[in-house]
Amino acid sequence: MGLLTHTGRYLLMLKSMFNKPENIKMYWKEFMHQCVEIGIGSLPIVVIISLFLGAVTTVQTAYQLVSPLVPPSTIAQIVRDSMILELSPTVVSILLAGVIGSKIASELGNMRVSEQIDALEIMGINTKTYLILPKLLAAIMVIPMLVVVSAVLGIWGGRLAGTLTGILSAETFDKGLHQYFKPYNVFFAMAKAYTFAFIISSIPAFYGYTVQGGALEIGRASTKSVVVSCILVLFADYLLSALLL
Amino acid sequence: MIEIKHIKKGFGEKIVINDVSTVFKTGKCNLIIGTSGSGKTVMMKCLVGLMEPDSGEITYDGQNFSEMNEEGRKGLRQSIGMLFQGSALFDSMTVEQNILFPLDMFTKNTFAEKLRRVDEVLDRVNLQGANKKFPAEISGGMKKRVGIARAIVLNPKYLFCDEPNSGLDPQTSLLIDQLIKEITTEYNITTVVNTHDMNSVMEIGDHIMYMHQGVKEWEGTNKEIIFSKNKLLNDFIFASEFLRDAKDMRMLEVRGKIDNDRNMDELLK
Repeated sequence: MGLLTHTGRYLLMLKSMFNKPENIKMYWKEFMHQCVEIGIGSLPIVVIISLFLGAVTTVQTAYQLVSPLVPPSTIAQIVRDSMILELSPTVVSILLAGVIGSKIASELGNMRVSEQIDALEIMGINTKTYLILPKLLAAIMVIPMLVVVSAVLGIWGGRLAGTLTGILSAETFDKGLHQYFKPYNVFFAMAKAYTFAFIISSIPAFYGYTVQGGALEIGRASTKSVVVSCILVLFADYLLSALLL
Repeated sequence: MIEIKHIKKGFGEKIVINDVSTVFKTGKCNLIIGTSGSGKTVMMKCLVGLMEPDSGEITYDGQNFSEMNEEGRKGLRQSIGMLFQGSALFDSMTVEQNILFPLDMFTKNTFAEKLRRVDEVLDRVNLQGANKKFPAEISGGMKKRVGIARAIVLNPKYLFCDEPNSGLDPQTSLLIDQLIKEITTEYNITTVVNTHDMNSVMEIGDHIMYMHQGVKEWEGTNKEIIFSKNKLLNDFIFASEFLRDAKDMRMLEVRGKIDNDRNMDELLK
Protein backbone atom coordinates (compact mmCIF):
# COMPACT_ATOMS: atom_id res chain seq x y z
CA MET A 1 0.00 0.00 0.00
CA GLY A 2 1.33 3.44 -0.84
CA LEU A 3 2.36 6.00 1.71
CA LEU A 4 -0.61 8.22 0.86
CA THR A 5 -3.06 5.31 1.25
CA HIS A 6 -1.58 4.45 4.62
CA THR A 7 -1.69 8.07 5.73
CA GLY A 8 -5.29 8.42 4.58
CA ARG A 9 -6.39 5.28 6.38
CA TYR A 10 -4.53 6.39 9.50
CA LEU A 11 -6.26 9.76 9.49
CA LEU A 12 -9.66 8.12 8.91
CA MET A 13 -8.99 5.83 11.85
CA LEU A 14 -8.23 8.83 14.06
CA LYS A 15 -11.42 10.53 12.90
CA SER A 16 -13.55 7.43 13.58
CA MET A 17 -12.22 7.17 17.11
CA PHE A 18 -14.20 10.15 18.27
CA ASN A 19 -17.67 8.78 18.83
CA LYS A 20 -20.06 8.70 21.73
CA PRO A 21 -19.14 5.78 24.01
CA GLU A 22 -21.77 3.09 24.46
CA ASN A 23 -21.10 2.92 28.20
CA ILE A 24 -18.86 5.54 29.80
CA LYS A 25 -18.06 3.31 32.80
CA MET A 26 -16.69 0.55 30.60
CA TYR A 27 -14.57 3.01 28.67
CA TRP A 28 -13.24 4.50 31.90
CA LYS A 29 -12.38 1.01 33.10
CA GLU A 30 -10.53 0.29 29.87
CA PHE A 31 -8.72 3.65 30.10
CA MET A 32 -7.57 2.95 33.66
CA HIS A 33 -6.48 -0.55 32.66
CA GLN A 34 -4.39 0.93 29.86
CA CYS A 35 -2.88 3.52 32.21
CA VAL A 36 -1.70 0.69 34.44
CA GLU A 37 -0.43 -1.39 31.51
CA ILE A 38 1.41 1.49 29.87
CA GLY A 39 2.51 3.35 32.97
CA ILE A 40 3.23 0.80 35.64
CA GLY A 41 4.26 -1.78 33.08
CA SER A 42 6.96 0.46 31.60
CA LEU A 43 8.17 1.99 34.86
CA PRO A 44 10.91 -0.54 35.71
CA ILE A 45 12.65 -0.28 32.35
CA VAL A 46 12.35 3.53 32.34
CA VAL A 47 13.92 3.69 35.82
CA ILE A 48 16.85 1.47 34.89
CA ILE A 49 17.53 3.14 31.56
CA SER A 50 17.28 6.66 33.03
CA LEU A 51 19.68 5.94 35.88
CA PHE A 52 22.26 4.63 33.47
CA LEU A 53 21.69 7.40 30.94
CA GLY A 54 22.42 9.99 33.62
CA ALA A 55 25.41 8.07 34.94
CA VAL A 56 26.97 7.60 31.51
CA THR A 57 26.40 11.24 30.62
CA THR A 58 28.25 12.35 33.75
CA VAL A 59 31.22 10.07 33.12
CA GLN A 60 31.48 10.92 29.42
CA THR A 61 31.10 14.64 30.02
CA ALA A 62 33.83 14.52 32.66
CA TYR A 63 36.04 12.67 30.20
CA GLN A 64 35.54 15.38 27.57
CA LEU A 65 35.91 18.29 30.00
CA VAL A 66 39.69 18.62 29.71
CA SER A 67 40.10 22.39 30.09
CA PRO A 68 40.90 23.55 33.65
CA LEU A 69 39.13 26.81 32.87
CA VAL A 70 35.76 25.07 32.86
CA PRO A 71 34.45 24.48 36.38
CA PRO A 72 33.37 20.90 37.28
CA SER A 73 29.89 22.14 38.12
CA THR A 74 29.38 22.46 34.36
CA ILE A 75 29.07 18.69 34.27
CA ALA A 76 25.88 18.94 36.29
CA GLN A 77 24.49 21.56 33.94
CA ILE A 78 25.21 19.39 30.93
CA VAL A 79 23.67 16.30 32.53
CA ARG A 80 20.61 18.30 33.55
CA ASP A 81 20.06 19.89 30.17
CA SER A 82 20.87 16.71 28.24
CA MET A 83 18.40 14.70 30.27
CA ILE A 84 15.65 17.31 30.15
CA LEU A 85 16.05 18.41 26.55
CA GLU A 86 16.85 15.16 24.80
CA LEU A 87 17.61 11.98 26.65
CA SER A 88 14.46 11.71 28.72
CA PRO A 89 11.87 12.69 26.11
CA THR A 90 13.48 11.19 23.01
CA VAL A 91 15.48 8.18 24.13
CA VAL A 92 12.81 7.07 26.57
CA SER A 93 10.13 7.53 23.90
CA ILE A 94 12.09 5.39 21.46
CA LEU A 95 12.42 2.79 24.18
CA LEU A 96 8.69 2.99 24.87
CA ALA A 97 7.95 2.71 21.14
CA GLY A 98 9.46 -0.74 21.37
CA VAL A 99 7.90 -1.71 24.69
CA ILE A 100 4.43 -0.21 24.38
CA GLY A 101 4.19 0.03 20.62
CA SER A 102 4.88 -3.63 19.96
CA LYS A 103 2.47 -4.58 22.74
CA ILE A 104 -0.35 -2.46 21.28
CA ALA A 105 0.26 -3.64 17.71
CA SER A 106 0.44 -7.31 18.56
CA GLU A 107 -2.55 -7.15 20.94
CA LEU A 108 -4.79 -5.49 18.36
CA GLY A 109 -3.39 -7.65 15.57
CA ASN A 110 -4.15 -10.79 17.49
CA MET A 111 -7.66 -9.54 18.24
CA ARG A 112 -8.17 -8.82 14.53
CA VAL A 113 -6.93 -12.21 13.38
CA SER A 114 -8.95 -14.15 15.98
CA GLU A 115 -12.13 -12.19 15.08
CA GLN A 116 -12.42 -10.62 18.53
CA ILE A 117 -12.70 -7.19 16.88
CA ASP A 118 -15.49 -8.53 14.65
CA ALA A 119 -17.21 -9.93 17.75
CA LEU A 120 -17.11 -6.47 19.35
CA GLU A 121 -18.43 -4.88 16.15
CA ILE A 122 -21.32 -7.36 16.02
CA MET A 123 -22.19 -6.49 19.62
CA GLY A 124 -22.67 -2.90 18.45
CA ILE A 125 -19.45 -1.48 19.92
CA ASN A 126 -17.41 1.04 17.96
CA THR A 127 -14.11 -0.83 18.14
CA LYS A 128 -11.97 2.13 17.16
CA THR A 129 -13.40 4.14 20.04
CA TYR A 130 -13.29 1.29 22.54
CA LEU A 131 -9.96 -0.31 21.66
CA ILE A 132 -7.83 2.57 20.39
CA LEU A 133 -8.96 5.77 22.09
CA PRO A 134 -8.31 4.57 25.67
CA LYS A 135 -4.81 3.48 24.66
CA LEU A 136 -4.11 6.85 23.07
CA LEU A 137 -5.42 8.83 26.00
CA ALA A 138 -3.62 6.63 28.52
CA ALA A 139 -0.35 7.05 26.61
CA ILE A 140 -0.79 10.82 26.41
CA MET A 141 -1.46 10.98 30.12
CA VAL A 142 1.14 8.54 31.35
CA ILE A 143 4.15 8.93 29.06
CA PRO A 144 4.85 12.56 30.02
CA MET A 145 4.84 11.37 33.64
CA LEU A 146 7.37 8.70 32.71
CA VAL A 147 9.49 11.36 31.01
CA VAL A 148 9.46 13.45 34.19
CA VAL A 149 10.41 10.40 36.26
CA SER A 150 13.15 9.65 33.75
CA ALA A 151 14.57 13.18 33.91
CA VAL A 152 14.63 13.20 37.71
CA LEU A 153 16.17 9.76 37.95
CA GLY A 154 18.64 10.52 35.17
CA ILE A 155 19.91 13.60 36.98
CA TRP A 156 20.07 11.66 40.22
CA GLY A 157 21.88 8.82 38.48
CA GLY A 158 24.38 11.34 37.15
CA ARG A 159 24.87 12.76 40.62
CA LEU A 160 25.38 9.28 42.05
CA ALA A 161 27.86 8.31 39.34
CA GLY A 162 29.73 11.60 39.77
CA THR A 163 30.10 11.25 43.51
CA LEU A 164 30.83 7.52 43.56
CA THR A 165 33.56 7.82 40.91
CA GLY A 166 35.01 10.93 42.53
CA ILE A 167 34.49 13.08 39.45
CA LEU A 168 32.85 15.79 41.49
CA SER A 169 31.35 16.20 44.91
CA ALA A 170 27.63 16.19 45.61
CA GLU A 171 27.77 19.88 46.59
CA THR A 172 29.48 20.83 43.33
CA PHE A 173 26.93 18.82 41.38
CA ASP A 174 24.02 20.45 43.21
CA LYS A 175 25.56 23.88 42.62
CA GLY A 176 25.79 23.15 38.92
CA LEU A 177 22.22 21.95 38.82
CA HIS A 178 20.96 25.36 39.88
CA GLN A 179 23.15 27.35 37.51
CA TYR A 180 21.69 28.74 34.30
CA PHE A 181 18.53 26.67 34.62
CA LYS A 182 15.87 27.58 32.04
CA PRO A 183 12.31 26.56 32.95
CA TYR A 184 11.50 26.77 29.22
CA ASN A 185 13.50 23.56 28.78
CA VAL A 186 10.93 21.73 30.87
CA PHE A 187 8.13 23.12 28.73
CA PHE A 188 10.04 21.96 25.64
CA ALA A 189 10.53 18.48 27.12
CA MET A 190 6.81 18.21 27.88
CA ALA A 191 5.87 19.36 24.38
CA LYS A 192 8.06 16.59 23.02
CA ALA A 193 6.68 14.07 25.49
CA TYR A 194 3.04 14.71 24.51
CA THR A 195 3.87 14.63 20.81
CA PHE A 196 5.86 11.42 21.09
CA ALA A 197 3.18 9.82 23.27
CA PHE A 198 0.63 10.38 20.52
CA ILE A 199 2.97 8.94 17.89
CA ILE A 200 4.01 5.82 19.79
CA SER A 201 0.40 4.89 20.65
CA SER A 202 -1.47 5.79 17.46
CA ILE A 203 0.94 4.32 14.90
CA PRO A 204 1.09 0.83 16.46
CA ALA A 205 -2.68 0.94 17.02
CA PHE A 206 -3.16 1.60 13.30
CA TYR A 207 -0.85 -1.21 12.24
CA GLY A 208 -2.38 -3.67 14.71
CA TYR A 209 -5.98 -2.77 13.91
CA THR A 210 -5.49 -3.16 10.15
CA VAL A 211 -3.61 -6.48 10.20
CA GLN A 212 -4.77 -8.97 7.62
CA GLY A 213 -3.57 -12.53 7.74
CA GLY A 214 -2.04 -14.64 10.49
CA ALA A 215 0.80 -14.84 12.95
CA LEU A 216 3.43 -13.76 10.43
CA GLU A 217 1.53 -10.62 9.55
CA ILE A 218 1.04 -9.78 13.24
CA GLY A 219 4.80 -10.01 13.74
CA ARG A 220 5.43 -7.88 10.68
CA ALA A 221 2.88 -5.29 11.79
CA SER A 222 4.45 -5.13 15.24
CA THR A 223 7.98 -4.66 13.87
CA LYS A 224 6.91 -2.16 11.26
CA SER A 225 4.95 -0.13 13.80
CA VAL A 226 8.02 0.16 16.04
CA VAL A 227 10.27 1.18 13.14
CA VAL A 228 7.80 3.75 11.81
CA SER A 229 7.15 5.11 15.32
CA CYS A 230 10.89 5.53 15.96
CA ILE A 231 11.43 7.31 12.66
CA LEU A 232 8.48 9.63 13.27
CA VAL A 233 9.67 10.33 16.83
CA LEU A 234 13.08 11.39 15.54
CA PHE A 235 11.52 13.45 12.80
CA ALA A 236 9.19 15.14 15.27
CA ASP A 237 12.16 15.67 17.59
CA TYR A 238 13.99 17.61 14.91
CA LEU A 239 10.86 19.53 13.92
CA LEU A 240 10.06 20.56 17.49
CA SER A 241 13.67 21.53 18.14
CA ALA A 242 13.73 23.67 15.03
CA LEU A 243 10.41 25.31 15.84
CA LEU A 244 10.59 25.79 19.58
CA LEU A 245 14.27 26.36 20.31
CA MET B 1 -37.32 -12.93 9.96
CA ILE B 2 -34.48 -11.81 7.74
CA GLU B 3 -35.15 -11.15 4.11
CA ILE B 4 -32.44 -10.72 1.50
CA LYS B 5 -33.29 -9.43 -1.95
CA HIS B 6 -31.00 -9.54 -4.96
CA ILE B 7 -27.76 -9.34 -3.02
CA LYS B 8 -24.66 -8.88 -5.14
CA LYS B 9 -21.08 -8.63 -3.94
CA GLY B 10 -17.83 -8.67 -5.83
CA PHE B 11 -14.16 -8.01 -5.21
CA GLY B 12 -12.76 -6.33 -8.28
CA GLU B 13 -13.84 -8.40 -11.23
CA LYS B 14 -14.63 -11.50 -9.19
CA ILE B 15 -18.33 -11.81 -8.34
CA VAL B 16 -18.67 -13.63 -5.04
CA ILE B 17 -22.44 -13.32 -4.53
CA ASN B 18 -24.59 -13.02 -7.61
CA ASP B 19 -28.20 -11.95 -7.20
CA VAL B 20 -29.20 -14.05 -4.19
CA SER B 21 -32.61 -13.71 -2.58
CA THR B 22 -34.17 -15.70 0.21
CA VAL B 23 -36.02 -15.49 3.49
CA PHE B 24 -34.63 -16.74 6.80
CA LYS B 25 -37.59 -17.58 8.98
CA THR B 26 -38.10 -16.97 12.68
CA GLY B 27 -37.98 -19.99 14.96
CA LYS B 28 -36.07 -21.99 12.33
CA CYS B 29 -32.48 -23.03 11.79
CA ASN B 30 -31.65 -21.57 8.41
CA LEU B 31 -28.51 -23.08 6.91
CA ILE B 32 -26.29 -21.67 4.23
CA ILE B 33 -24.23 -24.47 2.73
CA GLY B 34 -21.78 -24.68 -0.12
CA THR B 35 -18.23 -25.51 -1.07
CA SER B 36 -15.30 -23.34 -0.05
CA GLY B 37 -15.41 -20.21 -2.17
CA SER B 38 -19.15 -20.43 -2.82
CA GLY B 39 -19.77 -17.11 -1.04
CA LYS B 40 -21.32 -18.32 2.21
CA THR B 41 -18.93 -16.47 4.55
CA VAL B 42 -19.20 -13.28 2.49
CA MET B 43 -23.00 -13.68 2.62
CA MET B 44 -22.90 -13.99 6.39
CA LYS B 45 -20.63 -10.96 6.71
CA CYS B 46 -23.05 -8.95 4.55
CA LEU B 47 -25.95 -10.07 6.74
CA VAL B 48 -24.32 -8.84 9.94
CA GLY B 49 -22.87 -5.69 8.42
CA LEU B 50 -19.19 -6.61 8.50
CA MET B 51 -19.22 -6.14 4.73
CA GLU B 52 -21.42 -4.02 2.51
CA PRO B 53 -23.09 -5.69 -0.48
CA ASP B 54 -22.64 -3.92 -3.79
CA SER B 55 -26.39 -3.96 -4.37
CA GLY B 56 -29.54 -5.50 -2.95
CA GLU B 57 -31.44 -5.22 0.26
CA ILE B 58 -31.31 -6.88 3.66
CA THR B 59 -34.26 -6.41 5.98
CA TYR B 60 -34.63 -7.52 9.58
CA ASP B 61 -38.35 -7.88 10.40
CA GLY B 62 -39.12 -5.10 7.97
CA GLN B 63 -36.26 -2.81 9.00
CA ASN B 64 -34.00 -2.09 6.05
CA PHE B 65 -30.53 -2.90 7.38
CA SER B 66 -28.81 -1.90 4.14
CA GLU B 67 -30.03 1.68 4.37
CA MET B 68 -29.49 2.18 8.09
CA ASN B 69 -26.87 4.61 9.33
CA GLU B 70 -24.31 3.56 11.92
CA GLU B 71 -26.51 4.58 14.86
CA GLY B 72 -29.44 2.58 13.59
CA ARG B 73 -27.25 -0.46 13.00
CA LYS B 74 -25.81 -0.20 16.50
CA GLY B 75 -29.31 -0.45 17.92
CA LEU B 76 -30.17 -3.45 15.76
CA ARG B 77 -26.85 -5.14 16.51
CA GLN B 78 -27.87 -5.42 20.14
CA SER B 79 -30.53 -7.87 18.95
CA ILE B 80 -27.92 -9.92 17.12
CA GLY B 81 -25.81 -12.67 18.64
CA MET B 82 -23.00 -14.32 16.72
CA LEU B 83 -20.93 -17.42 17.21
CA PHE B 84 -17.69 -17.23 15.26
CA GLN B 85 -15.78 -20.10 13.72
CA GLY B 86 -12.97 -19.73 16.25
CA SER B 87 -15.37 -18.69 19.04
CA ALA B 88 -13.67 -15.25 19.21
CA LEU B 89 -13.59 -15.30 23.01
CA PHE B 90 -11.62 -12.49 24.68
CA ASP B 91 -8.41 -14.27 25.73
CA SER B 92 -7.57 -12.02 28.65
CA MET B 93 -10.97 -12.54 30.29
CA THR B 94 -12.42 -15.54 32.09
CA VAL B 95 -15.51 -17.35 30.84
CA GLU B 96 -17.61 -15.35 33.28
CA GLN B 97 -16.07 -12.03 32.19
CA ASN B 98 -16.59 -12.90 28.53
CA ILE B 99 -20.31 -13.45 29.11
CA LEU B 100 -20.58 -10.46 31.47
CA PHE B 101 -19.06 -8.16 28.87
CA PRO B 102 -22.24 -7.51 26.80
CA LEU B 103 -24.24 -7.20 30.03
CA ASP B 104 -21.79 -4.65 31.42
CA MET B 105 -21.77 -2.73 28.18
CA PHE B 106 -25.48 -2.63 27.40
CA THR B 107 -27.50 -3.14 30.57
CA LYS B 108 -27.96 -1.20 33.78
CA ASN B 109 -28.56 -4.32 35.89
CA THR B 110 -26.90 -4.74 39.25
CA PHE B 111 -23.84 -6.93 39.45
CA ALA B 112 -25.83 -9.64 41.24
CA GLU B 113 -28.44 -9.66 38.47
CA LYS B 114 -25.75 -9.88 35.81
CA LEU B 115 -24.06 -12.79 37.58
CA ARG B 116 -27.39 -14.56 37.83
CA ARG B 117 -27.90 -14.16 34.11
CA VAL B 118 -24.37 -15.48 33.46
CA ASP B 119 -25.09 -18.56 35.57
CA GLU B 120 -28.39 -18.99 33.75
CA VAL B 121 -26.84 -19.06 30.29
CA LEU B 122 -23.92 -21.22 31.42
CA ASP B 123 -26.47 -23.63 32.80
CA ARG B 124 -28.33 -23.56 29.50
CA VAL B 125 -25.19 -24.56 27.61
CA ASN B 126 -24.21 -27.15 30.26
CA LEU B 127 -21.09 -25.39 31.42
CA GLN B 128 -21.81 -24.94 35.10
CA GLY B 129 -18.70 -24.31 37.14
CA ALA B 130 -16.55 -23.07 34.26
CA ASN B 131 -16.92 -19.42 35.28
CA LYS B 132 -13.37 -18.77 36.40
CA LYS B 133 -11.58 -20.56 33.60
CA PHE B 134 -9.78 -18.74 30.81
CA PRO B 135 -10.38 -19.63 27.15
CA ALA B 136 -6.94 -21.21 26.94
CA GLU B 137 -7.92 -23.63 29.71
CA ILE B 138 -11.04 -25.06 28.06
CA SER B 139 -11.63 -27.42 25.15
CA GLY B 140 -12.84 -26.48 21.67
CA GLY B 141 -16.37 -27.67 22.36
CA MET B 142 -16.49 -25.73 25.62
CA LYS B 143 -15.28 -22.61 23.82
CA LYS B 144 -18.11 -22.94 21.32
CA ARG B 145 -20.60 -23.30 24.15
CA VAL B 146 -19.20 -20.21 25.87
CA GLY B 147 -19.48 -18.44 22.50
CA ILE B 148 -23.13 -19.47 22.29
CA ALA B 149 -23.71 -18.38 25.89
CA ARG B 150 -22.20 -14.96 25.15
CA ALA B 151 -24.25 -14.70 21.96
CA ILE B 152 -27.58 -15.36 23.73
CA VAL B 153 -26.97 -13.51 27.00
CA LEU B 154 -28.80 -10.39 25.82
CA ASN B 155 -31.77 -12.41 24.50
CA PRO B 156 -31.10 -11.69 20.84
CA LYS B 157 -33.74 -11.97 18.14
CA TYR B 158 -31.21 -13.17 15.58
CA LEU B 159 -28.40 -15.68 16.00
CA PHE B 160 -25.64 -16.18 13.46
CA CYS B 161 -23.28 -19.14 13.61
CA ASP B 162 -20.26 -19.26 11.34
CA GLU B 163 -19.22 -22.90 10.97
CA PRO B 164 -20.08 -23.78 14.57
CA ASN B 165 -18.78 -27.33 14.23
CA SER B 166 -15.39 -26.65 12.75
CA GLY B 167 -12.64 -28.45 14.61
CA LEU B 168 -15.03 -30.54 16.70
CA ASP B 169 -15.46 -34.30 16.88
CA PRO B 170 -18.77 -35.74 15.62
CA GLN B 171 -20.24 -36.24 19.07
CA THR B 172 -19.47 -32.71 20.26
CA SER B 173 -20.68 -31.35 16.89
CA LEU B 174 -24.00 -33.03 17.48
CA LEU B 175 -24.23 -31.49 20.96
CA ILE B 176 -23.58 -28.04 19.51
CA ASP B 177 -26.15 -28.61 16.76
CA GLN B 178 -28.76 -29.72 19.26
CA LEU B 179 -28.01 -26.74 21.47
CA ILE B 180 -28.43 -24.35 18.53
CA LYS B 181 -31.71 -26.04 17.58
CA GLU B 182 -33.06 -25.96 21.14
CA ILE B 183 -32.16 -22.30 21.62
CA THR B 184 -33.75 -21.39 18.29
CA THR B 185 -37.01 -23.08 19.20
CA GLU B 186 -37.05 -22.08 22.86
CA TYR B 187 -36.37 -18.38 22.28
CA ASN B 188 -38.14 -18.28 18.89
CA ILE B 189 -35.23 -16.57 17.19
CA THR B 190 -34.05 -16.46 13.60
CA THR B 191 -30.92 -18.56 13.40
CA VAL B 192 -28.63 -18.52 10.39
CA VAL B 193 -25.88 -21.13 10.28
CA ASN B 194 -23.03 -21.21 7.82
CA THR B 195 -21.77 -24.76 7.50
CA HIS B 196 -20.47 -27.51 5.34
CA ASP B 197 -21.01 -30.20 7.95
CA MET B 198 -23.48 -32.67 6.47
CA ASN B 199 -24.51 -33.96 9.88
CA SER B 200 -25.67 -30.46 10.78
CA VAL B 201 -27.52 -30.20 7.49
CA MET B 202 -29.47 -33.37 8.23
CA GLU B 203 -29.93 -32.70 11.96
CA ILE B 204 -31.03 -29.09 12.13
CA GLY B 205 -31.63 -27.88 8.58
CA ASP B 206 -35.19 -26.54 8.79
CA HIS B 207 -34.38 -24.34 5.80
CA ILE B 208 -31.30 -24.89 3.67
CA MET B 209 -29.89 -22.64 0.99
CA TYR B 210 -27.19 -24.21 -1.15
CA MET B 211 -24.81 -21.78 -2.82
CA HIS B 212 -22.55 -22.63 -5.70
CA GLN B 213 -20.10 -20.08 -7.12
CA GLY B 214 -22.07 -17.20 -5.62
CA VAL B 215 -25.45 -18.29 -6.93
CA LYS B 216 -28.35 -19.81 -4.98
CA GLU B 217 -28.46 -23.23 -6.53
CA TRP B 218 -31.07 -24.93 -4.37
CA GLU B 219 -33.37 -24.22 -1.45
CA GLY B 220 -35.37 -26.57 0.72
CA THR B 221 -35.46 -28.53 3.96
CA ASN B 222 -33.40 -31.39 5.35
CA LYS B 223 -36.21 -33.77 4.47
CA GLU B 224 -36.38 -32.60 0.88
CA ILE B 225 -32.62 -32.59 0.31
CA ILE B 226 -32.43 -36.36 -0.06
CA PHE B 227 -34.93 -36.35 -2.91
CA SER B 228 -33.44 -33.43 -4.79
CA LYS B 229 -32.44 -34.04 -8.39
CA ASN B 230 -30.01 -31.13 -8.40
CA LYS B 231 -26.73 -32.65 -9.56
CA LEU B 232 -24.48 -29.99 -8.05
CA LEU B 233 -26.25 -30.36 -4.71
CA ASN B 234 -26.04 -34.14 -4.80
CA ASP B 235 -22.36 -34.05 -5.72
CA PHE B 236 -21.75 -31.69 -2.79
CA ILE B 237 -23.86 -33.38 -0.10
CA PHE B 238 -23.30 -36.99 -1.07
CA ALA B 239 -19.68 -36.70 -2.06
CA SER B 240 -18.59 -39.90 -0.33
CA GLU B 241 -19.63 -43.46 -1.09
CA PHE B 242 -20.80 -43.83 2.48
CA LEU B 243 -23.19 -40.90 2.26
CA ARG B 244 -24.48 -42.03 -1.11
CA ASP B 245 -25.32 -45.41 0.42
CA ALA B 246 -26.95 -43.68 3.39
CA LYS B 247 -29.08 -41.63 1.00
CA ASP B 248 -30.10 -44.75 -0.88
CA MET B 249 -31.07 -46.53 2.33
CA ARG B 250 -33.14 -43.56 3.43
CA MET B 251 -34.89 -43.41 0.09
CA LEU B 252 -35.61 -47.12 0.29
CA GLU B 253 -37.02 -46.58 3.75
CA VAL B 254 -39.23 -43.67 2.66
CA ARG B 255 -40.26 -44.57 -0.85
CA GLY B 256 -39.56 -48.26 -1.03
CA LYS B 257 -37.29 -47.71 -4.01
CA ILE B 258 -34.03 -46.10 -4.98
CA ASP B 259 -34.51 -43.27 -7.44
CA ASN B 260 -31.17 -43.46 -9.26
CA ASP B 261 -29.15 -45.82 -11.34
CA ARG B 262 -27.13 -47.34 -8.53
CA ASN B 263 -27.82 -51.02 -8.11
CA MET B 264 -28.62 -51.21 -4.42
CA ASP B 265 -30.56 -54.43 -4.96
CA GLU B 266 -27.29 -56.24 -5.32
CA LEU B 267 -25.95 -54.63 -2.17
CA LEU B 268 -29.06 -55.55 -0.19
CA LYS B 269 -28.94 -59.28 -1.10
